[in-house]
Amino acid sequence: MLTSPTGAPIVTKAMLVLFAILFTYPLWAKYVGLYDYLGIEIAIFALYALGFNLLLGYTGLPSFGHGAYFGVGAYGYSMAMVELGTSPLVGLLLAILAGAVSAGLVALFLSHRRGIYFALMTIAFGQIFWFLSIKLRWLTGGEDGYLNVLRPVVELGSLKIDFGSNVTVYYFAAVLLALMVMLLWRVVHSPFGTALQAIRMNEVRARSAGYNVWLVKWTVFTLSGAVAGLAGGLLALTQESAYPNVMSLHASGFVVMMTLLGGGFVSFWGPVVGAALFILARDILGAATEAWLLWYGLLFIVVMLFEPEGAVGAWRRLAGLFVRPARREASPKVVP
Amino acid sequence: MTDGSDKPFFSAQGLQKRFGQQVVLEDISLSFERGTVSGIMGPNGAGKSTCFNVLTGVHKPDRGKVVFDGEDITGLSSPRIARKGISRSFQIMSLFDEFSALENIMVALPEVRGGLLRPLWDTRADTVVADRAAAILKSVGLDGHERTPAASLSYGQRRALEIGVALAPSPRLVFLDEPTQGLGSDGRLRLADLVQSLRDTYTLVIIEHDMEFLFRLADRISVIHWGQIIAEGTPAELRSNPWVRVSDLGKVA
Repeated sequence: MLTSPTGAPIVTKAMLVLFAILFTYPLWAKYVGLYDYLGIEIAIFALYALGFNLLLGYTGLPSFGHGAYFGVGAYGYSMAMVELGTSPLVGLLLAILAGAVSAGLVALFLSHRRGIYFALMTIAFGQIFWFLSIKLRWLTGGEDGYLNVLRPVVELGSLKIDFGSNVTVYYFAAVLLALMVMLLWRVVHSPFGTALQAIRMNEVRARSAGYNVWLVKWTVFTLSGAVAGLAGGLLALTQESAYPNVMSLHASGFVVMMTLLGGGFVSFWGPVVGAALFILARDILGAATEAWLLWYGLLFIVVMLFEPEGAVGAWRRLAGLFVRPARREASPKVVP
Repeated sequence: MTDGSDKPFFSAQGLQKRFGQQVVLEDISLSFERGTVSGIMGPNGAGKSTCFNVLTGVHKPDRGKVVFDGEDITGLSSPRIARKGISRSFQIMSLFDEFSALENIMVALPEVRGGLLRPLWDTRADTVVADRAAAILKSVGLDGHERTPAASLSYGQRRALEIGVALAPSPRLVFLDEPTQGLGSDGRLRLADLVQSLRDTYTLVIIEHDMEFLFRLADRISVIHWGQIIAEGTPAELRSNPWVRVSDLGKVA
């Protein structure tokens, strides 16, 4: 386990397992019926869901309009590429910035709320962004959105990155996901992460323990928006376009479903597992029937009824059958 | 800051608080001295808890002034009042249920709160912080329960942890809101011993309607009724106070 000079873990065993899967994926994917493009989508949505879970799982804040910041990132990237002619790396930086700024503005109106009021406000703001993306034709291209955001070839010194290739984009997304995993792991295991969980469990007590709850909520919402912006930018890079649908309430619901299905409430890894399951289910069910979402929805309901802690919860329960019970009892709740 | 040498450590003057049409606190003036145990008692609905909430920043007073150690803290938010060194426990138990007992204390430590921008600091792996938290747990009699989730502790242990979380920031003044609430006679005795053991270290203010408990522990007691202070004094003085004698409150005394 790699640790910082202060003894904080930077790379954990679980991360090594993830990285091993992530960085070998293109080598074995085709033998199990998967393909590079699917891996890109999984990486993007894992990134997005990890950032989303800072709010839902850690802080207990249900953001049901998170597609807004994802979409703003997609548009931000596309505008940078098309209007400013920047490189994809600058485009992604602007996508992060766009996600952070829009989430930061919205959070000004949300940070004193919680529970259902918070959820309703996030939906309302999500709808505003979605509506604007359709109506501000001069800025967003209306319903068509931005098309032909071409994938360029980037030269960094002697290194040539050809974004035209799916394998390259996959590795690029995988590196970003790996970095984000390390960053967010530190965030949630630092005092800031402890504060997030404390706010989820008992906001009043957190205040009376001296925490500026408003500021912590504002910060985590903005951070989550920045991560969503990056994921949205990556999607625009991959799909060579940005369009209003990524911002719709419908699309915002996907990230909630991924996070819950994977087990975001009980584990850091829930969103990653959930994103993979979601994309795979879409592909596998989608190949069999047009109405894949119906079957997926039923699957989701069954999981929530019988295993509300999601895939990771089910895995732990299975693993628990073979482990002495004392070990399970000692483990705190939101730590993998 | 003014010189607080001959002024009370903590004082509230002319506090008034209304909720809509209802006046809950009419005119409350209180003062607490450093190093003492003060009691606030009164029947249900007298305004005790509202009074605590106003003093600790949960509610802003409509009128009046609160001064702590020479500094005007009227109307400050509860996090800011907490950071000035005033801590409180809650009548309705208010813990971080999924955290272990030790983590409950750690969250409330000022160094953890002050480390929000230190992503490379793993508080759970920091033995100095853990030792400090363990010492506080021990001081409220919860040693051996460090790793038990707060939700799994017994009722009495949760009451003790409630106080432990309030003590974690090394406060200069501690408000305890009905600490015996829901405890049986054994639990009350144990809690009285705990409070007794804290009085040398902390300045305490306790709201209670368990008269016996308060008369045994408090140096001075204020009686709140109808949103006003109707009597004030040492336990001995209150026993002979006509107001207290005629009211139900005098029975135990």
